[in-house]
Parts: sequence; structure tokens; C-alpha cells
Amino acid sequence: MTPLVALEAIAVPLMRDNVDTDAIIPSREMKSVSKTGLADGLFAGWRYVAPGSRTLDPAFVLNDPKFADARILISGANFGCGSSREHAVWALAEYGFRVVVAPSFSPIFRANCVRNGIAPIALPEDAVQQLAAAAERGERVAADLGSLTIRTGAASFTFTMEDEARTMLMEGLDAIELTLKRREEIAGFRQADAARRPWVYLRKTTDSV
Amino acid sequence: MIEGDSAGARRGQTGGHAEARTLAGMLWEEHVVASLDSDTDLLAIDRLLLHERTGGVALKSLDEAGRQVLAPGQVFATMDHIVDTFPGRSDKTLMPTGTAFLTAMREGAHKHGITLFDLHDPRQGIVHVISPEQGIVLPGVTLVCPDSHTCTQGAFGALAWGIGSTEAEHALATMTLRADRPRDMRITIDGVLGRGVTAKDLALQIISRLGSGGAKGYIVEFAGSAVRGLDMEARMTLCNMATELAAFGAIIAPDETTFAYLQGRPFAPAGAQWDAALADWRSLSSDEHAAFAVEHRFDAADVAPMISWGTSPQHAIPLNATVPTAEALRGSVGQADYDRALAYMALAPDMSLLGLPIDAAFIGSCTNSRISDLRRAAAILEGHHVSPGLRAICVPGSTQVKAAAEAEGLDRIFRDAGFEWREAGCSMCFFAGGESFGAKQRVVSSTNRNFESRQGPGTRTHLASPETVAASAIAGRIADPRFIESEDE
Repeated sequence: MTPLVALEAIAVPLMRDNVDTDAIIPSREMKSVSKTGLADGLFAGWRYVAPGSRTLDPAFVLNDPKFADARILISGANFGCGSSREHAVWALAEYGFRVVVAPSFSPIFRANCVRNGIAPIALPEDAVQQLAAAAERGERVAADLGSLTIRTGAASFTFTMEDEARTMLMEGLDAIELTLKRREEIAGFRQADAARRPWVYLRKTTDSV
Repeated sequence: MIEGDSAGARRGQTGGHAEARTLAGMLWEEHVVASLDSDTDLLAIDRLLLHERTGGVALKSLDEAGRQVLAPGQVFATMDHIVDTFPGRSDKTLMPTGTAFLTAMREGAHKHGITLFDLHDPRQGIVHVISPEQGIVLPGVTLVCPDSHTCTQGAFGALAWGIGSTEAEHALATMTLRADRPRDMRITIDGVLGRGVTAKDLALQIISRLGSGGAKGYIVEFAGSAVRGLDMEARMTLCNMATELAAFGAIIAPDETTFAYLQGRPFAPAGAQWDAALADWRSLSSDEHAAFAVEHRFDAADVAPMISWGTSPQHAIPLNATVPTAEALRGSVGQADYDRALAYMALAPDMSLLGLPIDAAFIGSCTNSRISDLRRAAAILEGHHVSPGLRAICVPGSTQVKAAAEAEGLDRIFRDAGFEWREAGCSMCFFAGGESFGAKQRVVSSTNRNFESRQGPGTRTHLASPETVAASAIAGRIADPRFIESEDE
């Protein structure tokens, strides 16, 4: 995964609360058994004039030419609620977004972001509104995971992020690789736990532990 | 940890030294393999469930990275999300390219030795219906699935939560997840639900009060006499909707109702192991003095049959109430979102929903498709017919539920009333590219999400209990199930 330390870019304000993952990518747009080929389906229900069509709806903010190169998305509370589909994050990433700013995120969506190199940045409502207004004016937004700040023009806001998520993003780490280094610890835990709760450890002949 | 500790001693209930813990907190601690930093733990995963929407992608990606499935015996898969629910279905799906998802899931499961409840397996069905049916979910386990409604299974006293595909890969390869510990919320519901009022109505009322982000970052323990009084299927309905509060998960302490449900299920322990498990499970409850970061209380007697008016599950009102004004919702719903929701649903402030004409009725989904749901809906439908021209569909949650319903003759009641009687699956809870209800069609649905276009582009969804769906189907309008005349009366 490409590390994300800091990013200065055009930001697009999509100011609605409860933007759900069905809206981010409708189920009908998840056509192949793959993590790619999803960018065209991003916000398909809002981005195109009709379902299945690829004619852009000029009224949708992502289609405004001034936001064509946006890499930061600004939105309302509870962003990414609904279905756990990781396709929502894959579609955002493939489209080019590396940062999403919102007052709050759905927990599953947030975890999916971190696993795919997108920084989910939560800020108070009024800070999000200020950033959105600046983005609307065409001001660029700069996010920095090192200093945990996001700024535009003269306004600067700090945010918090768990160490684990921050490290994963900044170093572009693969969580599975990191965990596999603890193989022995995991095997030890499973062995001891199986003695305590044998009914949990259903076995098939192919099981390695 | 000394082997052979009794569960009670292990959980620190005997000494005065141990800090009082919540049920979720103690299960979390018992599954910590390693602490990664102050927020994040490496947590052991006891059960991983897959389905064809994301299971094939996760297994393919695992293969590409050259990784193995650590414990196939603890992993189960089903076909529910994309598979057709028409009678006589096959691998061909109405959803274009759906076959590829079924094939990938099947090939991946076979290759890695994962138990798959395939298309024609009598155990097939919606993942959150079949896992309890098969005794896969058990009290005290950690259980994950790439599906947001995994919180349903917390009804068994399990720590159960929804994950993404990459997390599923992580669990496949390591039987662990790197997870941030959620905070504890308790929602206590005392009293007795009124006649014709269900767990679905209770869930909708809680969401309408707390909001769609009301439990963000929390694991919600449902407690109180009303919850104790619910059967397992109703508890599942209640826990199912916790994700609509943005909760990490939901949990209910297991009790005799839970144990009675699980005993004898295929993957539940048997014999001496059952006795040992039972002894362990009986100590699974929050300590008396456990501290919850947030507590809410509800009185079951205050709950009325509910229905949603807007495009978020928090947009819900009692059936006999009117669409709230923007002013009444100030602080919870912004003006622009409010206007958008009303325009999408073609409603106006102060309108009554009772009597509103509908085009379709849907009974199914991981929320309300179990045998008790079908029985209650059938009791209302018996001797009636759906309104002329109305499309009505019933999709049992599992092949077992379908068979049980047929053995009782419920299928006959549904069919005679004009309902389509389907094979098990998620079906039209969401639009996958195959079937939909169509633009501007107004549907009363026993599902969990009324998002814009969730059930099809432009479709207008009203969430309600199976009883309300049945009553509305008969009337052709949104109707109160308490006022449908029974044949016997």
C-alpha cells in the first residue's frame, strides 16, 4: 500500500449526513469478483442521469469541473453507514481519494479505509463546515498525519487518530503481514484456549492448528 | 492462566479485587492474544462466516498473496446475497455476472476445506439465520462476517461484529483481528411489549430516539425484563438493528432461553462438552457493578408499532403518528437532509402514513424472516387476500425455515393470500442488479434499511414489522396490524 504522510489537494464537499455505502457504490455496480474496476460505479446513483447510464448529471458536485482533480472528500455525519461492503472504499481509492473528512464515520467503513490507505479524518461539525466552505471556494486543503492537522488558508484544525491506524497509513503497512509475525503467539493462545474451551475449536483434517 | 480454572473464578466473580466488568469487556479481555497499543488489541476470532458477495474475493486475494486458511473448521460459508430466490433457481442469476460470485465462493471453499452451505444444501440460507440454526454461533465466542448485520448474532451472548473483506482475509489467515476496543453502552428495556408490538418496533423506536449515529463506537448490551422476555428470534431482530445505530456490535447475556435454543444444534457441543460449555456460559453476564459509559432506558409499554417515513432508519414514527416537521427534528436531522428525504419519499410534513397507498409488500431479510416472523404474518394473512394489483413477496430466511413453514402449512396461507413464496436468501432487501421493485414504487418492508435506492433505483421503502407488512398488503395501504379482523373473531 502506498504510504500516506501528508496530502495537499483539491477537496470536494458532499455535504449530506448519513451517506451510506449503497450510495457510495450501489450493489448493482459491484459486477466482478474483484477489488478493481469500481471507480465508474462510485456514487453511480447520484453521478449519472439514470441507473445504468454513464451520462454525467451536471447537478452532482463530483461532476463540477473545478473538483475534477479532487483527492479529498468532505462530507456529513455518519459517513459510510450501512452495508460493510469494502467495495465502497475500493471505489473511492480507485477514483483517487486518499482522505475523507467528516464529523463521524461508520466503524466498519472507517476500518476499511485504514486497510486501504485512505485516511478517515473526523473533525467537529463546525470545522467540517469551514473546510467545506473553503473547498467550495476552490481553496486547496492540506492534511498531515504526522502533525495530525488539516488546514486550508489561515484555518487549521487538529484531529486525533489511534496510533495503530496512523502507523498503518503513514507506513503503508499490510496488517496481515504484521500479524503473521506473531504466528507463534497466536498458536500458543489457541492451544491454551482450546484446553479451556474445546467446543470452540471445531476441527477439520485440513486445520493446521 | 492456569488450566482448569473454573469459569467463575476465571471471570473474577469470587474475589473483591477484580474490577467489575461488562459482559462485552470480559469477552474482549479473554480473547486478547496481544495488546498492540493503548487502543488496539490483537483479538482471537472463534468463528468466521463468509458469503458469496465477498467470500470469493477474500479467498482469491488470500491465494494471490500465497497465504493459507489457518483453521477451516472454524470457518463457514453460505450463498445468500446474490443467489436468486425464484423457485427452481440455479447458478444462473437474474443479476448479470452473479454466477461468477457463486462459482468463486464455491471453488474457494472447496479448495480451502471450508464448510459451504451451497445452493441446494438444506442448511442454506441467510448467514445470520443459518448460523444460529446450525449452532455455529455460541455464547462467549468472537464471531465476524463481512456483513454489517453480524451484530444480529450478539443475541447469543457472543461478541459478533461486521467487518470488510480485507479484515475477512486477515481472519482467514490468522484467526485474529487487530481491533480497537469499543466502549460500553447499556440499553435497558423493562416492562412488557403491548399486543401486536414486536422487537422490530422496539428497535425502530430506539433508533428513532438515539439517531443513526447514536451508538457509534459502542457495543450495546440490551438488558432488562422486556429483553429477558423475548424469545431468541426476537432477540436477534433487536440486535440486528444495532448496526443502524452505528454500533460496533450488540450483545445480550445468555440465559436458559439461549441454552434451550442451542441444545442439540449440529455444530453446538454435545455430551460432556455440552455440560462443560454450559457451566462456562452460565457465568457470562455483566458484573453487577460494571460501569457502562452510557446508559439508556426504555419502557416496553411505551412502544407502539413503528414505521419509517424517510430514508434513514432513524426516520421512524409510531404508525398512528404524522410525518414530523423539520422543527420537531431540529438537532437530529438537518434541513437539507430532511427536505431530500421527504422529496424522495413523496411525503409532506404532518401527513399521516396510515392509509397511504402502497405498491408492494416484502417479508424477508436477516431482520425478520425466521419461522416466528412468518407465523405472525401468516396469522394476519389467513383468510385474506392482498389488495388487487399489489406485489407481495415472502422470502424465508433459510431453507430450513422454508421447510418448517411448509410443514405447518404457512406457505399455503401466503400463497392463498397472493404472496409469492420464494427460496431462501437476502433477495430484495437490497438491489443487486437483478430484481427490484422499480422507481417510485412504495414498498412496506420487513427489512432493515430504507436508504435511497436500497431496494431498487428510486424505490420508496417503509420499514416495519412483518405484521404491519401483512396488514398493509391486505389493505393496499399502510395499515395497523392490530385492527385487521381475524377470521376467527
